[in-house]
Amino acid sequence: MGSITLKNVRKAFGDVEVIPGVDLEINNGEFVVFVGPSGCGKSTLLRLIAGLEDVTSGQIQIDGQDVTDAGPAKRGLAMVFQSYALYPHMSVRKNIAFPLKMAKMPEAEQEKRVSHAAKILNLDSYLDRKPGQLSGGQRQRVAIGRAIVREPSAFLFDEPLSNLDAALRVNMRVEISELHNSLKTTMIYVTHDQVEAMTMADKIVVLRAGNVEQVGSPMELYARPANRFVGGFIGSPNMNFLEGAAAAAHGAHAIGVRPEHWRLSTSEGDYPGTVGVAEHLGSDTFLHIDLDSGEHVIARAEGEFPVHHGDRIFLSAQEGRVYKFGKDGLAL
Amino acid sequence: MARAVSRNTRIGWTIAAWFVALLIFFPILYAIITSFKSEQEAIAGFDLIPSFTLESYREVQSQYNYFRPFMNSVIIAVGSTVLALLVAIPAAWAMAFSPTKRTKDILMWMLSTKMMPAVAVLVPIYLIFLRTGLLDTRTGLVIVLMLMNLPIVVWMLYTYFREIPGEILEAARMDGATLGQEIMHVLAPMAVPGIASTLLLNIILAWNEAFWTIQLTTTNAAPLSAFIASFSSPQGLFWAKLSAASTLAIAPILIMGWFSQKQLVRGLTFGAVK
Repeated sequence: MGSITLKNVRKAFGDVEVIPGVDLEINNGEFVVFVGPSGCGKSTLLRLIAGLEDVTSGQIQIDGQDVTDAGPAKRGLAMVFQSYALYPHMSVRKNIAFPLKMAKMPEAEQEKRVSHAAKILNLDSYLDRKPGQLSGGQRQRVAIGRAIVREPSAFLFDEPLSNLDAALRVNMRVEISELHNSLKTTMIYVTHDQVEAMTMADKIVVLRAGNVEQVGSPMELYARPANRFVGGFIGSPNMNFLEGAAAAAHGAHAIGVRPEHWRLSTSEGDYPGTVGVAEHLGSDTFLHIDLDSGEHVIARAEGEFPVHHGDRIFLSAQEGRVYKFGKDGLAL
Repeated sequence: MARAVSRNTRIGWTIAAWFVALLIFFPILYAIITSFKSEQEAIAGFDLIPSFTLESYREVQSQYNYFRPFMNSVIIAVGSTVLALLVAIPAAWAMAFSPTKRTKDILMWMLSTKMMPAVAVLVPIYLIFLRTGLLDTRTGLVIVLMLMNLPIVVWMLYTYFREIPGEILEAARMDGATLGQEIMHVLAPMAVPGIASTLLLNIILAWNEAFWTIQLTTTNAAPLSAFIASFSSPQGLFWAKLSAASTLAIAPILIMGWFSQKQLVRGLTFGAVK
């Protein structure tokens, strides 16, 4: 089991309020991603759930039980840190077995669980090495191994992939998703990378300055952002925003159009402009366009779109793909 | 190390380094040489070749019983160091891993006590010792030396602990370790080089301490430093005997230092090279 409930959880460091008050419901077995720009309080929120920080006020429940004042060891959660946080003086085997040793589990059972975890994570042949002798990806696997042997009620991941190179990051992303599919344990994952959030999450929690901006499935957030911040944060490249006359025509303070939702033409359209940088990738073409109205937008065309620097281009938004936002930034 | 250094330059530097090292070591060397001279030779003048007599050692041992101050030195040095570590490890842990706004001030205040001339508190401490019967006792010296060196011990451990990433300790906490297990299984093994070099350095400091040991002891608890000092008394100066006593006093620490130099250097540079 691993359902987690936050009730009006508030955190302040001295006079600085980092989390002004968060209510959140995480269901058993869900993969929840906390995403937001750096300094938005997502890691703090995770550490509050972990018990590594004390809440200033509010309540945290795990499986219906109040754990607000329980220490990290008593919460039955496992955590994977950004720096891996392996014990450098212990072998991989001992690292993975450490939580079991702390739980005073019989050695035979420890051994069984360690070798099971090692098999899942392809660490069999590294068990007697020290963490210093492993690559970044292997260290990350050891950290995950140390988390899964305990069979925790939930896993907490604090930006676990940000120290890995791009290719490895994609692999580990898939591995963690597969792990979630096979274990079906609740996972809370913190990242500033919206691609990780979109690809891994059942439920995304978008945070800004300690406030929850929106909670929803990746597709809900993509299709119906609650406000301009979420619209701009989810999706890559970012949503383009137009204000002034273009927005007024839609009866809004600002409108947002995703790069992939433009109709491109070299002859006619609503928004004329000039191509700046054109990135031809074969599968897609990304165009950086300076509109005549002065705004700078990005457009994505599927496949090859044969325009180059300095060419004239005309954009129109696809039918029903215009996001409208009011003056307060909320979606209309 | 990629810099190309000519052979001659290297030889030149080597000679210079040896020269400086010998210059620094010379007083100790001369004391050792003198300890193998007879008293007549010792006062005769500068001479690097002794007659290799063991007469002075025999006399020092027979007249003054080397073993007693030696044991006092061992007990006082080791005792004060162990006690200091027991106090300093939790203190440094708290300051390194859960610092407050005032932590830096406390550290500075502790260090500032080392800036005070020891003689300034001699009288009060002497009087306290007199009243409590601690004068000329090993217990008294263990306490005084422990307190004298505590700031340095806390500072050294604090610096070493700071090198240990807090996330590792948090990981241990998440893995179900209690505070004691966290310190025993994770912090201490990782800090072993630091703790070991602190221990060694503190033993050396306590062993060599002469001010308090001379002031607060007469015969019962006098360690080797007080033992040496006693040779410059009533009957006048006996250079050879004084040298023999000095050699006997520094020999243990010199030998210990020699064997642990790897550990000492490693500890002192811990954190600089990861």
